[in-house]
Amino acid sequence: MSIETIKNYKLTHMAQNLCQSIGAALLGFFQSIGALAMFIGKAASHCFRPPFYPRLILKQFIDIGYYSLPVVGMTALFTGMVLALQSYTGFTRFNAEGAIAGVVALSVTRELAPVLAGLMVAGRVGASIAAEIGTMRVTEQIDALVTLSVNPFKYLIAPRVIAGTLMLPLLVLTADIIGIYGGYIVSIYNLGFSSGSYVEQTWDILTKIDVLSGLYKAAVFGFIVSMMGCYHGFNSGRGAQGVGTATTYAVVSASILILIFNYILTQVFFS
Amino acid sequence: MSMPKIELNNVKKSFGNKVVLDGVDLTVNKGESMVIIGGSGTGKSVMLKSVLGLITPDSGSIKIDGQKITTYSQKQRDGLMGQFGMLFQGGALFDSMPVWQNIAFGLIQSKKMGRDEARAIACKKLQQVGLNANTGDMYPAELSGGMQKRVSLARAIATNPDIIFFDEPTTGLDPIMADVINDLIVNCVKDLGATALTITHDMASARKIADKVAMIYEGKIIWSGDVSALYDSGNSYVEQFIHGRAEGPITKHANFKA
Ligand SMILES: Nc1ncnc2c1ncn2[C@@H]1O[C@H](COP(=O)(O)OP(=O)(O)O)[C@@H](O)[C@H]1O
Ligand SMILES: [Mg+2]
Repeated sequence: MSIETIKNYKLTHMAQNLCQSIGAALLGFFQSIGALAMFIGKAASHCFRPPFYPRLILKQFIDIGYYSLPVVGMTALFTGMVLALQSYTGFTRFNAEGAIAGVVALSVTRELAPVLAGLMVAGRVGASIAAEIGTMRVTEQIDALVTLSVNPFKYLIAPRVIAGTLMLPLLVLTADIIGIYGGYIVSIYNLGFSSGSYVEQTWDILTKIDVLSGLYKAAVFGFIVSMMGCYHGFNSGRGAQGVGTATTYAVVSASILILIFNYILTQVFFS
Repeated sequence: MSMPKIELNNVKKSFGNKVVLDGVDLTVNKGESMVIIGGSGTGKSVMLKSVLGLITPDSGSIKIDGQKITTYSQKQRDGLMGQFGMLFQGGALFDSMPVWQNIAFGLIQSKKMGRDEARAIACKKLQQVGLNANTGDMYPAELSGGMQKRVSLARAIATNPDIIFFDEPTTGLDPIMADVINDLIVNCVKDLGATALTITHDMASARKIADKVAMIYEGKIIWSGDVSALYDSGNSYVEQFIHGRAEGPITKHANFKA
């Protein structure tokens, strides 16, 4: 055999290997998409069919909604504040200081409150859901539920998904108010705007769709966060390592999905 | 001859390309206590979970009371679970709720019993497994391993099941506590008149609990018979296992494969 044929042989071999591993990866990818879609369908359908567990849903309302208030509130406050400050330093170049109130109000309600609240909740709630359900999986508590004739989709997953989807809009509404208030504080006490005209400008520019679109986004983000937490926890691998991986996946996948869906929803609402 | 309570026929299960169950045949009669022995990782838990419906076998049939359950719908399965009780290998107590709610869980959630009534029964079951009533307000994490096993046992028997499964009930306990658990199992099963299927590799436990013994090896039941026949089975695999010898066909085979 000449050197050339050996080289050729090696090349085709490499190409074959490459195709094989790409094929396997693609197959795996579609398989997991399919599994995820089935899980979401099953989980969502159980949210609407009895028996319901009001006690558990209420507990999740408190865990997901109430206990996220501090972190979401802090995020909104400082975001509103820095937004006012940045707009001021930027806008003075164009003599457009008057637009600050509007910029703060629109950015907070349309984008920053839902996205930042979604990401914070993904870190806080998504991780804890994945860790809790994952631990229940590896310690066989989920199997124990089944042997006691309780459907884990209804008992564990539906309350979290319901609470996530309903609570995030409330959190974002709160974040809207706090965020705008943050911008107000900086504008009035730091930049010397007059309180009356700032409030007036805010009210003038805000329309219903600005706030509502943010709240719709929040509902979708809440669904994504709780669903990712449940999915990765429910399918957690074995042992402590399995739970750790599940938690990481839950947070990362929820965060990325939030950013992707934020773009899609913005396109839907404002074009 | 009456119908067997549990019947497995040629049950197979693989995970990926790893064959775990390779054609298991097993029959357990009503009111009988069957003990499955076998080494770690030989698929004992997988077999039990297949009977419970937590794992779907790749092929073969599993019958309970003559009904083939491998083709049951989710609804029929839920109904079936009502007559099962299971003690998990690791206890599997719900760590988010106190002990009494763990025991009363099946009564409240699936038998729709009121909380007060369920709590009273939970207390009775606690006493039955030798724990006092104020343990009921503690959380599973606050209990020792032996106490957790007892609570799991109480939860498994709380709904008065027809069939009870015990997955390594004495593993990880000191010999005295292990014997206490053995006694409890024997008494509970007798009281309920239940059929019991127990997994263990603790021979003292097997001798105490079993009416019948079966040994699983490489995904098959290689021997089964009365517990009285266990020590003169004439099967070299069984002999090595029950005497815990390092030398014998099991290890020879494993070394050969490795
Ligand atoms: N859900 C699962 N996924 C993959 N492999 C599993 C699963 N459950 C059990 N196995 C494998 O099956 C084999 C038997 O496990 P198991 O039945 O738990 O053994 P044991 O006889 O000690 O109870 C082990 O090698 C284990 O790794
Ligand atoms: Mg096991």
